[in-house]
Amino acid sequence: MKRKLETTELIFKIISYTLLTMFAIGCLYPFLYAIASSISGRRAVEYSEVVLFPKDIQFEAFGQMFTNNMFWNAYSNTLFITFYGTVWALGYSILGAYALSKKRLLFRKTFNFFLVFTMWFSAGIVPQYLNYLNTKDVFNAVGIMDDKWLVIIAMGMAAMNVILLRNAFEGVPSEIEEAAIVDGATEFQVLSKVYIPMSKSTIATVALFFGISRWNGYFWARQMISNSNEHPLMVFIRLTLEEYTDPEVMSGWNQAYASDSVIYALIVCSIVPILVIYPFIQKYFAKGTNVGGVKE
Amino acid sequence: MKVDASDYLMYDAKTKTYRENPEQRVRDDVEKHYWLHVGRTIVKDWRLYVMLVPMLVVFLLWRYFPMYELLGCFKVYDQVLPVSEQLFSGFSYFKRLIAGGDALSAEFWRALRNTFLLSFYGLCFGFPVPIILALFFNEVKSNIARSVFQVLTYLPKFMSTVVMTSLVTMLVKQGSLTSSYGIVSQLLENLGLISHELANSGLLNDPRFFRGIYQLSGIWEEAGYGSIVYFAAIIAISPTSYEAAQIDGAGKMSQMRYVVLPCILSTIVIMLITKIGSLLSIGYEKVLLLYNPNTYVTADVVSTFAQRYGLEGAAKGIATAAEMMNNVIGMLLVIGANTIARKASDVSLY
Repeated sequence: MKRKLETTELIFKIISYTLLTMFAIGCLYPFLYAIASSISGRRAVEYSEVVLFPKDIQFEAFGQMFTNNMFWNAYSNTLFITFYGTVWALGYSILGAYALSKKRLLFRKTFNFFLVFTMWFSAGIVPQYLNYLNTKDVFNAVGIMDDKWLVIIAMGMAAMNVILLRNAFEGVPSEIEEAAIVDGATEFQVLSKVYIPMSKSTIATVALFFGISRWNGYFWARQMISNSNEHPLMVFIRLTLEEYTDPEVMSGWNQAYASDSVIYALIVCSIVPILVIYPFIQKYFAKGTNVGGVKE
Repeated sequence: MKVDASDYLMYDAKTKTYRENPEQRVRDDVEKHYWLHVGRTIVKDWRLYVMLVPMLVVFLLWRYFPMYELLGCFKVYDQVLPVSEQLFSGFSYFKRLIAGGDALSAEFWRALRNTFLLSFYGLCFGFPVPIILALFFNEVKSNIARSVFQVLTYLPKFMSTVVMTSLVTMLVKQGSLTSSYGIVSQLLENLGLISHELANSGLLNDPRFFRGIYQLSGIWEEAGYGSIVYFAAIIAISPTSYEAAQIDGAGKMSQMRYVVLPCILSTIVIMLITKIGSLLSIGYEKVLLLYNPNTYVTADVVSTFAQRYGLEGAAKGIATAAEMMNNVIGMLLVIGANTIARKASDVSLY
């Protein structure tokens, strides 16, 4: 009896290790393939000789991209949008969530519903588009000609993130707040000296959510940013891909790399920053989903 | 507040007479001056309300103002006039979409069907994978190995839709004069699953493969990250439960069946209900980036339908009406699901 038990356990263990390994490799493989293809020689890529390891290594696809001004433009635009977009969204979300976390706030239920309703119902693409067009007119009228600011200010709000912050603030013991008030702290000091330090990890999670969604934002940026110099990286990648898959456009014969390699190089460049910070932020990411949602 | 006559009069036992109730006077006063009271509270706590204002304004301007434009689906669209001054056209767009009997109506029904089917297949194939992954994670006892597995499987979630769809496009791309077709197509061909012509013409150009590609890339992207919540539920199970089961002679499978599964069942139910609730709210970005005119038959969903007619074409009213129908049904599903979840487990999702 004892012996049989161990066998089933062993079999189960072997199965789970095998399947997990396969799944993990499957998750990782497209990225590895992209990296290998971006630095492989023209012939190797075009005849699909690259499977996992690069062949006839060249770095000219990267070189070609790095000398492209549009690429650097797009990259800096994305950094710009990500930074200011996160700061702005995090700023009003923290302030609003703090106010919402206070039981003494009048019409608290109404305000909560006001937020939550946006998670249930969205007006849809066309009304949003028309609304953004109007906003753009207003922005232009007051002298903000750079559409990046439209993307930063008018997009990327998420009721879910506000609720995550609100829940974290509600978890702060009220005695600490009272002690701070007795010591003469104003409302803003209570927030900045007590609440924010005490819910650092949730704030990091939410900042991460905002940052990732900004970095990855594509559709509205493409719709709303008319000047191609202001396009963020994702729009740039997509436009390059569309140009490439158009059969009319073929690369010259004299290059040492395949035109595929440029696409792969672009993809690699866009995921490198995420890969670099990923190990540091991964624990927050995992945490965020656990605290997510469950409330009231 | 409803007031009875008896609220005003109080029986005084000492003098054996009725006299006026002083508390009710105060209550009355509060009622009469409710807005004064509100105003005073706001003035006293003005900092709190000032903090709230920016967020409310942002949501109002860019989440609620678009809803005003929904009026457009009851009006004859006119680019020059603001929506409030356009001519009223009643439910004509809705009628046309639902029972038009023409190509447009057929396309709308196809889009609605595709929206439902894409989420439904996602539910059938995408939903169990994170649970299975979490069960497997639990089997890996070494912390380092488990972290490695987790980090690798969470990773695709961080990638943007554009990067992911670009990779997918490249992996199954069509062949051309100068280069051969994508590596995944080659793999499938070598396994004998698809023919050479099919691989060469590009899998994304074939409507039969769209749903499969969509679901597989969805699993690739979401499964690892989705397993977090189940894994958290599994590690919360007390080791004594396993020990008790072992003493009773439960093998690995019985432990799964009688210890692990009951413990994570509530999580599974909640996640399932949420998934059902969001059956019609499918992300349009991914579909938009993966589909093309060849695959509209299986790929076109309501929001891409609206995008095509409303943003690229000029049928703004039609597009708005189509999406509004979809979103209203979607909202009802979400609210229903949330109510059921609350009833089932006294945990509400919002």
